[in-house]
Amino acid sequence: MTAQDRWIHTPPRKSATFDDNAIAEIRRAAATGIYDIRGAGAKRKLPHFDDLLFLGASISRYPLEGYREKCATDVTIGARFAKKPIHLKIPITIAGMSFGALSGPAKEALGRGASAVGTSTTTGDGGMTAEERGHSSLLVYQVLPSRYGMNPDDLRKADAIEIVVGQGAKPGGGGMLLGQKITKRVADMRRLPEGIDQRSACRHPDWTGPDDLEIKIQELREITDWQTPIYVKVGASRPYYDIALAVKSGADAIVLDGMQGGTAATQDVFIENVGLPTLCAIAPAVKALQDLGMHRKVQLIVSGGIRNGADVAKCLALGADAVSIGTAALIALGDNDPALEAEYQALGTTAGAYDDWHEGRDPAGITTQDPVLAARLDPVIAGRKLANYLSVLTLEAQTIARACGKSHVHNLEPEDLVALTMEAAAMARVPLAGTNWIPGSNI
Amino acid sequence: MPVVDLAHSSLRDLNGALHALTPDTNETHWTVINPRGQHNIAVGLDAPVEVEVEGHVGYYCAGMNKQARVTVRGNAGQGIAENMMSGKVHVTGDASQAAGASGNGGLLVIDGNASARCGISMKGIDIVVKGSVGHLSAFMAQAGNFVVLGDAGEALGDSIYEAHLYVRGTVASLGADCIEKPLGEEHKTELKRLLSEAGIDDVDTSEFKRYGSSRKLYHFHIDNVGSY
Repeated sequence: MTAQDRWIHTPPRKSATFDDNAIAEIRRAAATGIYDIRGAGAKRKLPHFDDLLFLGASISRYPLEGYREKCATDVTIGARFAKKPIHLKIPITIAGMSFGALSGPAKEALGRGASAVGTSTTTGDGGMTAEERGHSSLLVYQVLPSRYGMNPDDLRKADAIEIVVGQGAKPGGGGMLLGQKITKRVADMRRLPEGIDQRSACRHPDWTGPDDLEIKIQELREITDWQTPIYVKVGASRPYYDIALAVKSGADAIVLDGMQGGTAATQDVFIENVGLPTLCAIAPAVKALQDLGMHRKVQLIVSGGIRNGADVAKCLALGADAVSIGTAALIALGDNDPALEAEYQALGTTAGAYDDWHEGRDPAGITTQDPVLAARLDPVIAGRKLANYLSVLTLEAQTIARACGKSHVHNLEPEDLVALTMEAAAMARVPLAGTNWIPGSNI
Repeated sequence: MPVVDLAHSSLRDLNGALHALTPDTNETHWTVINPRGQHNIAVGLDAPVEVEVEGHVGYYCAGMNKQARVTVRGNAGQGIAENMMSGKVHVTGDASQAAGASGNGGLLVIDGNASARCGISMKGIDIVVKGSVGHLSAFMAQAGNFVVLGDAGEALGDSIYEAHLYVRGTVASLGADCIEKPLGEEHKTELKRLLSEAGIDDVDTSEFKRYGSSRKLYHFHIDNVGSY
């Protein structure tokens, strides 16, 4: 380019609207005629817990000594109606992920890791496997719209029952698992032909609203002789009303899954454009519980993009009783491990970005039903990694809680938080840092 | 011959007593009177006993039944015999929506009519309806047999997988991927067995039409986008 050319032509400039991702998706759509289906959760930048900070103790608050003074972490879930509520040693649980979406060794590893630190795992679409029950000291059995693998024997083997109304990655949506993962065992469990693309229903087949749900919950209680806690899981979209109706329907506990929550297989456009970020879903959910006089009586479990102990502590401070992790647990097991970079590149992606979980070609042996790939995952080693990770999350949350002067992580409160941005302050209902202003608080 | 009067006993007492039955129980024949439309009567049974309910029931009666034979002498509310595993449920009157939803096994017989979404997500259950069924019946039906002696409403068998549908009367419309199929001798044999198990021996199986999946939606293809 000559000096004169520079005066004639401006430097190349890419569009912020038609960025590389947008252009690539237009080309992919034009070539295939189908929307992109993938696993994992929202990848776009969203308001998140990083926009909140804790106010450690100074003079006006008195901190606890790290490593010497106790900071308890246990939580009891489901004491509202159930004769046998669940007692967790840590306020972090493993979210529902199906056998089918995940390999057998991956499910076993989740059970081993969670049991080692005294917390629960959760089944998923497709039912309960013997391996999963055998390796999970506390297992939550999901009742999903598809009712794949649903049966009363497993219902009675569960430590808690979770009625899944929606997922954070796709509130209102079903799923599509490609035929590669519908192996004979998965197909037999779900009563589907082997190798077909499996469609998951978006709504339950035998109830249509909160009045019906109340009767459904009573049915499950009757079948289990009122022993087992009943959770209701909703994707975050209208949290105030959905939580209020779940309470009205008789839930013992509620799982609130934000937009950053993962999925096995859903349309990318759905994952990225439907639902609420976790950060802004908690305050209205807690408000609903408080307005009904049920905060801490009906436990709130928050999920969707939890990564570290600070995220855990922030959820608890905003009013949650526990959190749940899915994607982070898979990463702890070894998903998207850079050691497998060459294999990820062979699949057209890179470690840290692999999300075609529905295709069943996961080199880490986690989101696959290929027996050769699945055999790569050692459930003992992977379970140990998960236990380590859960321990770190707990230690980190305790460290923050102590600094705020709390002898139990549940004593964290909104007053311990400030927001770095006006958006986060408005969404989380905590003051903007350095002020006592919560946007909208005087409206 | 225990008789439980739900005008004086609680639902919990009834279900608790039925759940406590062991496989070798001598109390094999139970009668429930004054059900008065209560929900969740005789749910979660797992013993080879006979339960007769004298009157109308609400939602989910005999839900997730295993082994038991439950008779409702009256009408049934939503979700009768939902997710049944085995045994038999018989309704002498009409049934509301989602009868036999996601049932895995056993036989559901409805002497009257069934409302919308009868047999929705059925996974191996056999359902025989002597009257007619409402719209979206056998929606996403995966496995099992669905027999209707009367008429079927709109969108029968929408998104069906491998369930077998037999209808004697008219079908308002077929749902996505559901087509009429030839009624072969093997199907007549199967149908005759189902009718016999439902206590029907005076109907000619040739009067039925058979419906099932065209299997075009088993793998997503853009050419079928209009069906999704």
